[in-house]
Amino acid sequence: MSTVLIKNATLVRDNLKEADVFIKDGVITKIGRVDRGADTVIDGTGKHLFYGFFDMHTHLREPGFEGKETIASGVRAAVKGGFTDIACMPNTNPVNDNKVVTEYILTHAEKEGYAHVYPVGAITKGSLGTELSEMASMKAAGVTAVSDDGKPVSDGRVMRLALEYADSLGLKVLSHSEDKSLSGDGVANEGLNSEICGLKGITRAAEEAAIAREMILSETLSVPVHLCHVSTRGAVELIRFFKKKGVRVTAETCPHYFALNDDCIVNLDTFTKVNPPIRTEDDRTAIIEGLMDGTIDVIATDHAPHSAADKNTTYEDAAFGISGLETAFAISYTVLVKSGLISLTDLNRLMSVRPREIMEVSGRLREGEKANLTLVDLDAQYVVDSSKFVSKGKNTPFNGLTVSGKVTDVVVDGKVKLSDGQLV
Amino acid sequence: MKELLGIKQLSANEIYEILDFAEDMKKLILKREKCSFLRGRRVTTLFYENSTRTRTSFELAAENVGAYVNSLDVSTSSVQKGESLIDTGKTLDALSSDIVVIRHSKSGAPLFLSKNISAAVVNAGDGANEHPTQALLDFFTMRQHFGRIEGLKVAIIGDVKHSRVARSNLWGLKTLGAEVVFCGPKTLLPLDMGSLCTVTTDPVAAVYDADVVMGLRIQLERQKQGMFPSLKEYNAMWGISEKLLSYAKPDAIVLHPGPVNRGVEINSDVLNGEKSFVNTQVTNGLAVRMAVLSLIGKELG
Repeated sequence: MSTVLIKNATLVRDNLKEADVFIKDGVITKIGRVDRGADTVIDGTGKHLFYGFFDMHTHLREPGFEGKETIASGVRAAVKGGFTDIACMPNTNPVNDNKVVTEYILTHAEKEGYAHVYPVGAITKGSLGTELSEMASMKAAGVTAVSDDGKPVSDGRVMRLALEYADSLGLKVLSHSEDKSLSGDGVANEGLNSEICGLKGITRAAEEAAIAREMILSETLSVPVHLCHVSTRGAVELIRFFKKKGVRVTAETCPHYFALNDDCIVNLDTFTKVNPPIRTEDDRTAIIEGLMDGTIDVIATDHAPHSAADKNTTYEDAAFGISGLETAFAISYTVLVKSGLISLTDLNRLMSVRPREIMEVSGRLREGEKANLTLVDLDAQYVVDSSKFVSKGKNTPFNGLTVSGKVTDVVVDGKVKLSDGQLV
Repeated sequence: MKELLGIKQLSANEIYEILDFAEDMKKLILKREKCSFLRGRRVTTLFYENSTRTRTSFELAAENVGAYVNSLDVSTSSVQKGESLIDTGKTLDALSSDIVVIRHSKSGAPLFLSKNISAAVVNAGDGANEHPTQALLDFFTMRQHFGRIEGLKVAIIGDVKHSRVARSNLWGLKTLGAEVVFCGPKTLLPLDMGSLCTVTTDPVAAVYDADVVMGLRIQLERQKQGMFPSLKEYNAMWGISEKLLSYAKPDAIVLHPGPVNRGVEINSDVLNGEKSFVNTQVTNGLAVRMAVLSLIGKELG
């Protein structure tokens, strides 16, 4: 029997309330005033306690791309960033399109014992966009959703069948919505800044046309769909429209889409290269509006770690992606909450509650639940230093930025995995 | 001048300094004389895209100012075997190149090389980003003809979207106070540049009262990529003809970065006509590149 006691933290739920949290054998057994001792006591005075953040969109890279990230480094980076749960995308090598790869990921993740990993299976075999993968077999092995992330399903009929088949099994489809015939070999948001730099553009139409297709299919077939990494104003407006109609659509965005605009590309820093690309200030504003009014359900990281060599080249040749697990909370807190745009309760909804609802994973900050908890010091101000990342991917456009909100302690299944900012 | 990555970063004074120096260089060329600003220095040309003209121009320019010249033949070198730009650059450093002249298909490649090697880098064209010496020779040609650049109206017609020449001209001409008009079908125009210059699909409006009419090379593969239906139709709509030129100022000049697709972006009679300064541009290019290399040579350690 092991016990953990978190004293005097402000609990972030539908409201903010100071309380003690007592954990016994991995379960929250008491919330309130706790006068007894425990094996481990964490002083939460002045800090805020969330039910652990859940990242719906992580790339762990293993198997196949261990130079970018491994399951071992990824689950530790997750905990460092306050995520007790992460869903990992299937674009590994081999692709996670069968139960063997799913089992490999789960076995390794469990062995590490940091963040829980929810493998996302491929929609189609080899992510080639033609034949459906064996979703039921993968589900039995532990897959919780399917996605075409990174290699969007271009054929409308295949996506229709995928949405229908996945829903038959109770699997959510996480759509990387991109019409490749429109985005082509673009590398940055098509607009004034890409024109100034002579960089091939990615038109917003590539994203908006694709999400429109997904939502129309969702409506027509009466099946749910989740839209990954939404980045444009038009996308937010379309989602708002379809949600109002009652279509079962949910959506996520990522910190770089509400923290940055595409002015950041003009010095050709390859760490700003990501897909979808960082858009204009008008888009950034619209993303924030979408987060404020609930059009966008979730903040995910799209954690896409890369090796130094993948990024140390020209903008056009550099890999797409941002290493996001270890900055997501601080960026979100600083840009959205500290500036007064949304409340801590909203942030809890975006990073902890809604991801679990969409992925149909239980877990709330209440008695009887598994003790997956994230304690943060909102007043801690610091400079992002990517050289200190636990992730192998140091590719962040936020390096050197002063942010507020530090994840100090993380408990996973009742075990302290991060203590005073240090992995345990 | 430490290096030349683009026109975007240059002030009017910096541009004029190069143009003034190039005047002296042109006098040398016309007298068939040389100078020795780069004596004992090594200039390496590193061309990842074929361009016989620009490369020859740079190599002659380097010889004319007294440098040793060598070129890395990218088609036969280890670059073909996957050696990265960064490794190639380090090798050139180790072989003590003082100036590396690079042409690359990727925007920003010269900037990237510059960040990673100690030799001075001269951009000889990168992707759709910049082609600074081409723009400088265009400015030189305009100034020689009109005696000024400020206040000129310059119409640039053709594949502006993919053109580094158009961009370098835009940055410099804006800095120097000229008016720039981009023209072509929308499939060949930048999407969002209306805040920086006039962008029009109407060639008559573009050329109307212009002092300079510049054609851009139409890459023949653009037609195959579906950006316009046929070369014939392109020429009929946007080709620079005598008739189109009649809308320009009487003393207007016609420029083109070459090589020209006769009968596509410029009709033969215009190219051979008295308004055409295309061959003068080639000589001026040599002068401008001599000036650029010399000015960088002055600051080499």
